[in-house]
Amino acid sequence: MNAPHARPTCFQEVILRLQSYWAAQGCAILQPYDMEVGAGTFHPATTLRALGSKPWAAAYVQPSRRPTDGRYGENPNRLQHYYQYQVLMKPSPPDFQELYLGSLAVIGIDAALHDIRFVEDDWESPTLGAWGLGWEVWCDGMEVSQFTYFQQVGGHDCKPVSGELTYGLERLAMYVLGIDHVMEMPFNDPQSPSPLTYGDIFRQTEEEYSRWNFDLADTERLLRHFEDAEAECARILDAPADDPKTGRRIIMAHPAYDQCIKASHVFNLLDARGVISPTERQAYIGRVRALAKACADAFVETEAGGVAA
Amino acid sequence: MPDLLIELLSEEIPARMQAKAAADLKRLVTEGLVEAGLTYAHAGAFHTPRRLTLAIEGLLAESPAVREERKGPRVDAPDKALEGFLRATGLTKDQLEARDDKKGAVWFAVIERPGRPAAEILVEVLGATVRGFPWPKSMRWGTGSLRWVRPLQNILAVLSDEGGAEAVAGEIEGFALNDRTVGHRFLAPDGFAVTGFDDYAAKLKRAHVVLSPEERAAHIEADAKNLAFAQGLEIVPDPGLLAEVAGLVEWPVVLMGEIGAAFLELPPEVLQTSMKEHQKFFSVRNPKSGRIEKFVTVANTETADQGATILAGNQKVLAARLSDAKFFWENDLRVAEAGLGAWVDTLETVTFHRKLGSQGARIARVAALAEAIAPDVGADPSQAAQAARLAKADLASEMVYEFPELQGVMGRYYVAAAGQPADVAAVAEEHYAPLGPSDAVPSAPLSVAVALADKIDTLTGFWAIDEKPTGSKDPFALRRAALGVIRLVLENGLRLPLTGVFDRHLPAFDAGGEIATDLLAFFHDRLKVYLRDRGIRHDVIDACLAMPHADDLTLLVKRAEALQEVMGTEDGENLIQGFRRAHNILRQAEEKDGVEYSFGADPKFAENDTEAALFAALDTAEAAITPALKAEDFGGAMQAMAALRSPIDAFFEATVVNAESEVLRRNRLNLLHRISETCGAVADLTRLAE
Repeated sequence: MNAPHARPTCFQEVILRLQSYWAAQGCAILQPYDMEVGAGTFHPATTLRALGSKPWAAAYVQPSRRPTDGRYGENPNRLQHYYQYQVLMKPSPPDFQELYLGSLAVIGIDAALHDIRFVEDDWESPTLGAWGLGWEVWCDGMEVSQFTYFQQVGGHDCKPVSGELTYGLERLAMYVLGIDHVMEMPFNDPQSPSPLTYGDIFRQTEEEYSRWNFDLADTERLLRHFEDAEAECARILDAPADDPKTGRRIIMAHPAYDQCIKASHVFNLLDARGVISPTERQAYIGRVRALAKACADAFVETEAGGVAA
Repeated sequence: MPDLLIELLSEEIPARMQAKAAADLKRLVTEGLVEAGLTYAHAGAFHTPRRLTLAIEGLLAESPAVREERKGPRVDAPDKALEGFLRATGLTKDQLEARDDKKGAVWFAVIERPGRPAAEILVEVLGATVRGFPWPKSMRWGTGSLRWVRPLQNILAVLSDEGGAEAVAGEIEGFALNDRTVGHRFLAPDGFAVTGFDDYAAKLKRAHVVLSPEERAAHIEADAKNLAFAQGLEIVPDPGLLAEVAGLVEWPVVLMGEIGAAFLELPPEVLQTSMKEHQKFFSVRNPKSGRIEKFVTVANTETADQGATILAGNQKVLAARLSDAKFFWENDLRVAEAGLGAWVDTLETVTFHRKLGSQGARIARVAALAEAIAPDVGADPSQAAQAARLAKADLASEMVYEFPELQGVMGRYYVAAAGQPADVAAVAEEHYAPLGPSDAVPSAPLSVAVALADKIDTLTGFWAIDEKPTGSKDPFALRRAALGVIRLVLENGLRLPLTGVFDRHLPAFDAGGEIATDLLAFFHDRLKVYLRDRGIRHDVIDACLAMPHADDLTLLVKRAEALQEVMGTEDGENLIQGFRRAHNILRQAEEKDGVEYSFGADPKFAENDTEAALFAALDTAEAAITPALKAEDFGGAMQAMAALRSPIDAFFEATVVNAESEVLRRNRLNLLHRISETCGAVADLTRLAE
């Protein structure tokens, strides 16, 4: 049984404790991916590294954007930009559930006081051509994490299987800290000389992005961006693997995957602008999935994807 | 005889899969054991979120030795025959015995299979069960290739008898079988060994695991009732939720909490759905006001603060959920109060089905049909059209987007909020009914008109694009829609000839003709199922279906019920026997002569008294039958028909139909025709089983 830990005092302390906990479990602590993504799963450290036979263990914070969830900073729980904490371990360790529960303990969720439950929730990402089985983890009736055993990514069977954890950081921290409105949550130490709340940092940006996402994003231009990203992705993957300049075999799976990420985010923006009809929606998702599959196909031909150097 | 205990411990099994998995475990293992010769006295299966358990009592300690003799080819048969026999028996030639038979020496094979210990058989049977387990969805984990619903953690297998207990020796997919398990994930996580089922169940309970799902459900139900009762409240019953929640906990702890005052004014259906779908809470109702005032949640653990932290957390989550619901409700009300126009417009752009156009187009068709059939169901045509146009507006609301199961329920609130009268608002909810065989059928004329129009539009539409149900596949629930129409018509006693309705509506899909006939045949099939469930004989239904106006279901069922009622009574027997006697002779004659005897018989050719009496009896009977049929008094009509039996019998006693005089013969056959026609006026009696 995990010993109880003191309650954290602010948002960043929750993050820091998770970082040191997963570092102690042997994960490489990575930094956020430097592109706009809808969820931590999109980070190549998850999507691509879940493929192939090589062992992997990584954890990181990933800023995530969901343009349709923008509420101008007014809703206590909804944000168009928020943070996910992501853990991926390949192969999934036999005590993955215990490791996960240990992470809750370090951020102050004491299993002797709370009701922690694993409730069926199968994960599927139609845009990534990925699925897995697992649970949403409930703490006192609130979903605090997604827990998934990846079965397929980009249309490829995951062998070995990766275990994936996704924590919705704001919601989790608000619960641990006892905060009702996200904007009132202390971000740094409230005792520090310049205490900052989540709202001090993000209220204005939520407002700005909400307006832009819903009303101003130029849909014509975005549609062109989508087409461009799609075309560039295909062009990168079409290039011959043998690089004439260096004389090496260089399959450009990651640059191609960047274009897939871009297309996916542009699609989310277009969706928020309400210019995508239900029938078109399926078609766009299919186009992003085709890119993700092509990138996965390319990645498994690389060294990181398990091909012997 | 030994007892056997098996437990498959895993990470959390989805609640909805547990009961079937436990039953599958029992079936697969017991079938495998019995097939290998191991019979048993009793078997019971149990499930919790983390375990599937099977307890078998009175198992044979080893399978019985088997001695089997098989007769082979003659000793002097060609080699080929002998080779085949050796292959089939798995023996060599020197293991065969030559025995003298009636026709000379014949090879015999004596196959002896010694008994095998239960443990050895079990390892094979359980191994096959684990490897081929029929999970609806399964997964791999780590580096393994075994599939299970979630990672499997341990396999316990213990055989016990008076002499003691021991773990079955063996390994299945890398799991060494053992006699150990663990308790509750948080309250008693340590492992312990068990010696048999009683020991297992008792130790589990001490380790905060209630093994039996029924016991967990009963505990939840009783505690929830008591908590509610103590405050003068009652639990809204929900057996599905109870079973699910019992599958989410090993150690149920029932807690009752508050719904924030700000949310108590939400419609009770919204509160109930939001709490159930998102939080798996039971609703607690005030029996006096009918309002939902509190909730009950079931935790999986006991805490030092008696669940105070857990309850506070749950209340907080609920408040966030209900804030969303309240936000949807208030936004929706604004659209509704403005007359629902925004939603009606939105539905124009929502696809109903690729080949059947938008929801807007569908609503327009339903409105036109509801208007057309309104007079037949006693509704005002223009009001029916208006009600149909608004009945599905809520499909574009935020609440129904969030909770699709509230379609119609929200519609009723929103149409009322738009200022429509109560009976128009009710249509939004009631036009979906009946949803199943036991669901209530609406009776308000407006609701009936739109409910019929909605279902008939669905059926004619999918028929027109040739998307009919096949076998077990009925993705658009067309059988349910047809049964709905049948029940709406019958239970409201409507006179609505369906062919006319189909013919009127099919042009909306550029279709017609054959399709209406085919669709009516589909209705008749569904009607047969419906009436058979009500005890009406299959042949009785067939006899009535063969009559004219069979698309008037109310008329059809009136006939069938009357015929069913008369069958087995003395009247019925007389009617059928009289009819058959006349009909059989007539048919034979018609077949032989190749003509139809359907000219009127003339009483002036009556030769004897019985023949004249039969003419008279027919006159009398017909005088009663014609008005009875007109009044649809089929029972009365058949009573009059039954009175013909004795004059018919007397006639046959005294008269030879096949008289030498061709004139007399023809007249008598025509007389038989008249009997056959008269008696067949309610139903085609030739279709009744002999």
